Amino acid sequence: MEHLRWRPSVNEREFIESALQSDLRVDGRHSFDFRKLKISFGREDGSSEVQLGETHVLGYVTAQLVQPYRDRPNEGTLAIFTEFSPMADPAFESGRPGESAIELGRVIDRGLRESRAVDMESLCVVAGKQVWSVRVDLHILDNGGNLIDAANIAALAALSTFRRPECTVGGDDGQQVIVHDPEVRDPLPLTIHHMPIAVTFAYFGEGNIVVVDPTYKEEAVVGGRMTATINSNGDICAIQKAGGEGVMSSVVMQCLRIASVKAADITSKIKKAVDSYTTEKALKKVKRLPASLPQKINVTDVTMEDKGDGELETQTVKTPSDVQEISKDPATTGKASSHEDAQPMLAESSNAEVKITSSSGAAGESEEAQEIGSPKSLKDAIKPKHKRKKNKK
Amino acid sequence: MEFVDALTGFRVDGRRPNEVTPTFPFPTAPPRVTQSHSVLLLDFAQMRQLKGEVGVVARADGSALFEMGNTRVIAAVYGPREVQNKGQQVNSKEALVRCEYRMAEFSTGDRRRKPKGDRRSTEISLVIRQTMEASILTHLMPRSQIDIFVQVLQADGGTRSACINAATLALADAGIPMRDIVTSCSAGYLCSTPLLDLNYVEDSAGGPDVTVGILAKMDKVTLLQMDAKLPMDTFENVMELAIEGCKAIATYIRETRKINGLNMLKIASHKWITHRVKGLLVEDEWLCPVQWTGNS
Repeated sequence: MEHLRWRPSVNEREFIESALQSDLRVDGRHSFDFRKLKISFGREDGSSEVQLGETHVLGYVTAQLVQPYRDRPNEGTLAIFTEFSPMADPAFESGRPGESAIELGRVIDRGLRESRAVDMESLCVVAGKQVWSVRVDLHILDNGGNLIDAANIAALAALSTFRRPECTVGGDDGQQVIVHDPEVRDPLPLTIHHMPIAVTFAYFGEGNIVVVDPTYKEEAVVGGRMTATINSNGDICAIQKAGGEGVMSSVVMQCLRIASVKAADITSKIKKAVDSYTTEKALKKVKRLPASLPQKINVTDVTMEDKGDGELETQTVKTPSDVQEISKDPATTGKASSHEDAQPMLAESSNAEVKITSSSGAAGESEEAQEIGSPKSLKDAIKPKHKRKKNKK
Repeated sequence: MEFVDALTGFRVDGRRPNEVTPTFPFPTAPPRVTQSHSVLLLDFAQMRQLKGEVGVVARADGSALFEMGNTRVIAAVYGPREVQNKGQQVNSKEALVRCEYRMAEFSTGDRRRKPKGDRRSTEISLVIRQTMEASILTHLMPRSQIDIFVQVLQADGGTRSACINAATLALADAGIPMRDIVTSCSAGYLCSTPLLDLNYVEDSAGGPDVTVGILAKMDKVTLLQMDAKLPMDTFENVMELAIEGCKAIATYIRETRKINGLNMLKIASHKWITHRVKGLLVEDEWLCPVQWTGNS
């Protein structure tokens, strides 16, 4: 499928090369400038979208409990999967990953794993039995050149926002793993020691001309390519220069120095984006507190009563009756649907649940969580009731 | 585990660890050269014993066996020949180079079945192909294809380096015009010491591993792969050490070609063979890039 890749005409090739000879690039950048980097995040934790110029990469992180590798019983696993969508480039085939997809995955994998950027031991639940297996999916949505750097940033951004559900070990034999619902216990972030940033250099004209972050067109006329993965401390985590135009070792060292500056720059950009995302998320939670405050007290009271009685049944009996009572009033139900949108309701219910579990303690948590999860309709109904009271006053 | 003995300063296999001296391959102690018919053995204190043998696969246009200590690799080159799958031809003005890297099932300690298209071997195939492409004068062989097959028979660290060295020898044996010879060597950093040409035990210690491939006469780095974390100035030392190793291998490969060529001259009675071998032995160069590049 390689032959389907766009190939520049003789004139285009000459234009790009002669422009580079006089220190000019086709998109007007300087030799060591990156294109505009835009990092955004999805609604869920662990998803990121990176745009580097025209290159567009989607990163998605998921985790699953698995049995660890036999030679590393107390370490979790991290795997990178790449998906080169055929819509991104005519040269990308659907189905089996091509050579470039494998190379990209391996380079990013080396940078993240061999440099121990993500703490693997903290992903262990029961040594030799259960560990978290973190999977990073990288989808190339548009190929505008320099996929490795963009994909690496997407992977890092997704990993730094990812939250895994908390789990504890308990049960009869002390080997049972209880995975807590993310709404019951706040999910935990991964431990990331440092951020290995990939910086790709392209060599032209017998290795004399070096540019950083090549575009698609520059990649089509490139003589050689080198990707250096460096963190902001200046430690080299991985290098990949798979053949191509030869360069002097002094040039390699010069490139590495440039890369370390670029890495610090990109690291701060990623951190800024992640910080603003997390604060925004935290603010969303806080904002809803005043609206749900009176109602929340109401709910906790109910559970306290239940605790005192020691009868769970009362709660289950109570709840339907409550719902019935409220739903008898046709006006309120109408109000509820018109006034509320989906999101605030979700937030309130989660708030209430967290309160309850914290008061009840660890013993019958999972059961209780289920119990409380079910009468969601109760709280939906309660709200208009409380509002109605206010109106009356 | 101690990879450099604190007392004696020897490595696990008895080699001396390296102090990076600018006068690497030791002018005071010249490398020991043992010659037995066409096979040349060479000993450097830092590097494992090298052994290169040409013409090991009868049917191939060019073939070579290359050993770096216990790492043993065989390479076969077919071509230049007609392009088999026209769809693969990207540019009709240049030869298409293909490469396949395989590890034999019995090459490692655990005798696990290795699937053909696994990610590691696909990547190494790509790396070897692009490295050899950098040295082959592809524009002299338009509409043709060159196939390089490398097979690891015994893996004891540094397989991709050995594969590149074997491929270079095999390509030279096939008489394929090249810009320069590509040689490769690895180096690592363990116990605060840069070590040349890591063996399996050292390689699997989890320390940094730097594989370098150079165009020997032009003194340019074409292949550079590295993993694990290393500060920049340490990396520079390790890379320089690996480059010195590459240069030593280049001298060795040149010697092998010379001796091999002389042997061929002795055997050769056919005029064309003499001609071909002479072509390989112009002056110090074992290929004659001057003639070939001059026409282009």
